[in-house]
Amino acid sequence: MDFGLILINGLGELTSPTTAAFALAAIGLSVHFGYTGLLNFGQAGYMLVGAYGFALPSLAGWPLWSAFLIAVGMSLLLSLLLGLPTLRLRADYLAIVTISAAEILRFVVSSTALTDFTGGQQGLNGFNRTFAALNPIPEGNYGIGSLTYNSYDTWVRVFAWGMVALGALLVFLLMRSPWGRTVKGIREDEDAARSLGKNTFLIKMQALILGGLFGSLAGVLFILPRSLQPGNYATTLTFFVWAILLLGGAATIWGPIVGSMVFWVALSLTQGILFGAIEAGYADFMSISQAAQIRFILVGLVVMALVIFRPQGFFGNKKELSFGV
Amino acid sequence: MSNGDDGKTVRVIGDEGPGCRKENPIMVATNIKKSFGGLVAVDVEHIEIPKNRITALIGPNGAGKSTLFNLLTGFDQPDSGEWFFGNTPLAGVAAHRFPELGLVRTFQLTKVLGLLTVIDNMKLAARGQQGERLVYSLFPWLWRKQEKTLEIKAEEILARFKLFEKKDDFAASLSGGQRKLLEMARALMIEPELVMLDEPMAGVNPALTESLLHHISNLKNQGMTVFFVEHDMAMVRTISDWVIVMAEGKIVAEGEPEVVLKKPAVIDAYLGSHQDVDLGVATGRVTVPGGGDSDTRPTRAKRD
Repeated sequence: MDFGLILINGLGELTSPTTAAFALAAIGLSVHFGYTGLLNFGQAGYMLVGAYGFALPSLAGWPLWSAFLIAVGMSLLLSLLLGLPTLRLRADYLAIVTISAAEILRFVVSSTALTDFTGGQQGLNGFNRTFAALNPIPEGNYGIGSLTYNSYDTWVRVFAWGMVALGALLVFLLMRSPWGRTVKGIREDEDAARSLGKNTFLIKMQALILGGLFGSLAGVLFILPRSLQPGNYATTLTFFVWAILLLGGAATIWGPIVGSMVFWVALSLTQGILFGAIEAGYADFMSISQAAQIRFILVGLVVMALVIFRPQGFFGNKKELSFGV
Repeated sequence: MSNGDDGKTVRVIGDEGPGCRKENPIMVATNIKKSFGGLVAVDVEHIEIPKNRITALIGPNGAGKSTLFNLLTGFDQPDSGEWFFGNTPLAGVAAHRFPELGLVRTFQLTKVLGLLTVIDNMKLAARGQQGERLVYSLFPWLWRKQEKTLEIKAEEILARFKLFEKKDDFAASLSGGQRKLLEMARALMIEPELVMLDEPMAGVNPALTESLLHHISNLKNQGMTVFFVEHDMAMVRTISDWVIVMAEGKIVAEGEPEVVLKKPAVIDAYLGSHQDVDLGVATGRVTVPGGGDSDTRPTRAKRD
């Protein structure tokens, strides 16, 4: 077993665009759940509309900015569609509606009737030409040691982490403002906030839109280094984002970012170790494909342990959780 | 009744009785009806709340007091009826619009924002905050000055309520009584004209009762009007200028506390649907003729 290689692969996950995409999706979820108390179980749906909203216009030869605009616009529409009927009701209704909407969207885009448009089950590729054309990084390889990337990969990484940094900064600015205070007030007790003159419906809608916007941009980041596969947008994707958020701390700025890094590095390390063990003959009782499943089971166990022993996540305030309000 | 404003007399126009008119009402409601399924919860023909006075709303459990409160503050919609705050019609107005009109309420079960600090609870309540608008919130220089003013004001009110030392603690760490105090202090941040308190004494230990009573009478001294629901008859007697009695959704009596609490209709109302709880105490409160009751605080009736 080559531990050096396993470690290097793990380290590569630290800065991978996928890690950045999940960090951004988790930042969106922190706005929803961590700060506002909105139960969004359909972050995969937001990522899906972002991905298709970006890929389809790009493939049609539209300029890059319009593709981004459509990705964001789609998430805005989705937020309005989900929020208008449910945000006046109890929190649970949003949860039900978001999880079903995400599933409906996935089935719609992968249906054979739409194959000519969305690519059906096959999904889409070749949509990143306009994005690659904007690459300011000269040809060549960048990085240290084994962790070197070609010009496009480096561009995707820089862009993706730039977006994450911007997102985190935006959330930081918002949450220390009176708007952020009101949002947290709604999380604590919506009726109290209403009795104090806050338009809770409007503010919840703003939070839903904002978090969904991060979700859709995360969807764009997610497909930049790969092809668009509708199968990726199943409920498991949403739960990965939840796991990352809880890992890092729900109402924190650094939580989603570090949570995503830890999550993906851990996945990579467990995969490396399990595969290595099988190849070396230490684990004959399972196959490579079983090992791929087992690492998710292990991640599930780790998340459970975290929620039990450190429910506030890495960055959360222990004090915040010690009150049974 | 005296002629000058002594700060406590409520002057009635016409006959004194259930639904009577007052000289200077701050809130007037007519034909407020609400039923849940077949059950008529509230059926109030006419109610007027006198301005700059402390008015108590009493009645047995299930009389519809809290429902009436919810209806009058927009937290529930009546089947019919109209009501006014000053000259402003309130029917159909969303609950969050009430504070900007100058009307604020508290809840029977205290609603502090647990994971916000005490000072943030206070600052959140203030109305007209620039920084609460999503776009403005990103530019601190647009709201920092207002924030500073609010902080000074909040600290001053907290000091009055003896919560200043707690200002940076999470509200969840406060005791039940302190939470009641915080809720009241927070309401003051809105600078309301009418304060509606739903059972301000519920769950407050006797040591804090005195202080809460003091704060409530202070509201009146500062020119506010107080309308409160309460089960604690000793408190009603001590503090209120006017008492309105509800039973089975209707107003059955109203008047000055000394008079109303001795009326047979009131005693009946409490007796009628109070058989299951603290019967002796409840009747003891209202039937003991003429004073001598100041130190026999009633046991709190069990609430649903």
